[in-house]
Amino acid sequence: MSKIIDAKGLSCPQPVILTLNAIKKTTDGELIILVDTDTAKENVSRAASAQGWEAADIKPENDGYRITLRKEK
Amino acid sequence: MKNVLATKRGIIGVGIAIGVLASLLQFWGNPANMGICVACFVRDITGALGLHRAPVVQYMRPEIIGFVLGSFVSAYIFKEFRPRLGSAPVVRFTLGFFAMIGALIFLGCPWRALLRLAGGDFNAILGLLGLAAGIWIGTMFLKSGYNLGSSHKTYTSAGWIFPIIMLVFLIIMLFNPMIAGESKSGIIFYSLEGPGSLHAPLIISLVIGLVIGVLAQRSRFCTMGAIRDLILFKQTHLFVGLISLAVAAFIMNLVLNQFNPGFANQPVAHTMHIWNFAGMVLAGLAFTLAGGCPGRQLFLSGEGDGDASVFVIGMIVGAAFAHNFGLASSGAGATTAGIVALSIGFISCLLIGFTMKENISGGI
Repeated sequence: MSKIIDAKGLSCPQPVILTLNAIKKTTDGELIILVDTDTAKENVSRAASAQGWEAADIKPENDGYRITLRKEK
Repeated sequence: MKNVLATKRGIIGVGIAIGVLASLLQFWGNPANMGICVACFVRDITGALGLHRAPVVQYMRPEIIGFVLGSFVSAYIFKEFRPRLGSAPVVRFTLGFFAMIGALIFLGCPWRALLRLAGGDFNAILGLLGLAAGIWIGTMFLKSGYNLGSSHKTYTSAGWIFPIIMLVFLIIMLFNPMIAGESKSGIIFYSLEGPGSLHAPLIISLVIGLVIGVLAQRSRFCTMGAIRDLILFKQTHLFVGLISLAVAAFIMNLVLNQFNPGFANQPVAHTMHIWNFAGMVLAGLAFTLAGGCPGRQLFLSGEGDGDASVFVIGMIVGAAFAHNFGLASSGAGATTAGIVALSIGFISCLLIGFTMKENISGGI
């Protein structure tokens, strides 16, 4: 089960900070990030790709998005 | 649907558009090196409503109204309107208040700092350095876990409140039009001299405001975010937008013969380097702790963010205090009262930064 980071409702740049911290800590190749704005969705995807991760899947969920990040091989 | 404006090319295009439109607004009548200034224009609106009585800075700036309504329309068209609120409103009010105090000691928001530089006002360099220093202090707090907590979803009508306030301002202006030679029309004030008396025609200001509102909502343009992301994440995405704005405005100023290099006798500016710097340190810190520059707070308000609206209301009250108590600078320089307010602002923002931390992995 991938770790789930709930960044819903947080202002800029908290969702990105939480994502980057999780990327640093995780030993898994996958993370789930929950956000509630399009800005946060874009920022999280952009920051992850700069770390060599990709937003493998983005699904609308509960008035927000569930972003699945995967480490690029 | 892919959001083209949120790509690198998109943000560069938006920066260029804002820079060009700001220079044109100056050409069409807005004050010098103040084609657009979110802080100054919110201050002018505060004056138009009579919440402060500084006769030279009273005008219901349609650009600000356009920013919020443009963002509101854009958010609805692209299904991004998300009414939300509840993340430390009184803190955001305080940050908006002191952001305005700091900006009015320098005499401009980050947008105007860039436009001042693009117009040849080298005092802006001190302001921009101060802005970066304030943001840098803010990133230290962010790194050590500063967080104002989550907002939550609210009623659609709650998200409509701020755009409706702006619409009401526009209606008030349309029903109380400027009368030549009169400092008051019906219930609102109009400056007869000073920066408040200089403005592009209402319809031009409004349309440009709406266009920028749409562009900025879609692109997430933010001057504070530009510098913050560069310092915090070494990310240049928003920063290229900021550079594009300055370069585009500089080129347009050359074309329109609006470039006058130097430190002395710059329009709506002073040469007290320390206070130009310190004013923007305070503003930059307050923007960072609140998560957006004044422009961004307006665009967020348009897309339903009630906490951003509280920040803007803090700015309005800050502007009223700044002029009622002589805290704002003028061409003659910063005031003693302004420097006292600046110190109180620093203490307040630092206390906010030091005490509002949570364990980043948990919730509040």
